[in-house]
Amino acid sequence: MSQTPLIQILFLSVGLFFIGMYGLLTRRNVITILMSIELILNSVNINFVAFNKYLYPHQLEGLFFTIFIITIAAAEAAVAIAIIINLYRSHHSVDVEDANELKW
Amino acid sequence: MSATYILFWFLSALAVVSALMVLFSKNPVHSVLWLIAVFFAISGHYILMNAQFLAIVNIIVYAGAIMVLFLFVIMLMNLNKETEPRKNIWMKLAGAIAAGSLLMILVSLVGQATELSHRNLLMKDGDIGLIKNLGKILFSQYVVPFEITSILFLSAMVGAVVIGKKD
Repeated sequence: MSQTPLIQILFLSVGLFFIGMYGLLTRRNVITILMSIELILNSVNINFVAFNKYLYPHQLEGLFFTIFIITIAAAEAAVAIAIIINLYRSHHSVDVEDANELKW
Repeated sequence: MSATYILFWFLSALAVVSALMVLFSKNPVHSVLWLIAVFFAISGHYILMNAQFLAIVNIIVYAGAIMVLFLFVIMLMNLNKETEPRKNIWMKLAGAIAAGSLLMILVSLVGQATELSHRNLLMKDGDIGLIKNLGKILFSQYVVPFEITSILFLSAMVGAVVIGKKD
């Protein structure tokens, strides 16, 4: 039995969140953007589990939130990859700057 | 400086370094492999925080299912060469400024939270995250969200097939 300050877990979560945010804002490959979104969702999951352990160590609310986030991430990845395949079929690239028909 | 604490720092450093390598590797296949390393580090954190079932689910669903799907798509589309051909320096600068300023705000907020600053998490203690306890509550209190999740999966599956099919 050992103790770890909660704030270090929060700093880890913040760091992962903004690494993912930087990737989301700067990358152009759609698949890498999707990977950044998965990184962001995982950093939020760490927060949920840590606060569950810290606030209510004998209940499971945070864990259930995390499980539902994981399932939603799986569904989102399936639909997004179908969209990416369709985009590649019509534009022959997965660069977000090439898909600009809706631009103006 | 106990073994758990050292393990916590090792897993944190592994997660952050792998997450940076996800962004800075040019080849998308390498990005996927580094992202799997991030997921394994996060699963280690879950085990330290007594969410054993969640750690296994994280590995199975993310590293086993989602990342394999990503790898399949990358291989199918022949993207496993150096992409990201033209670099827009202003785009990177704007992303760095936006993400960095938000990061500074959140880091200072977390740092100023005096309520949290001297609280500790008990690690390696308790068995609340085991599948027995978790399943009992999941199928009694949370059975409605569970079933709604299954409907969500069905609709996502139908949507993926409809969007992805050739017409």
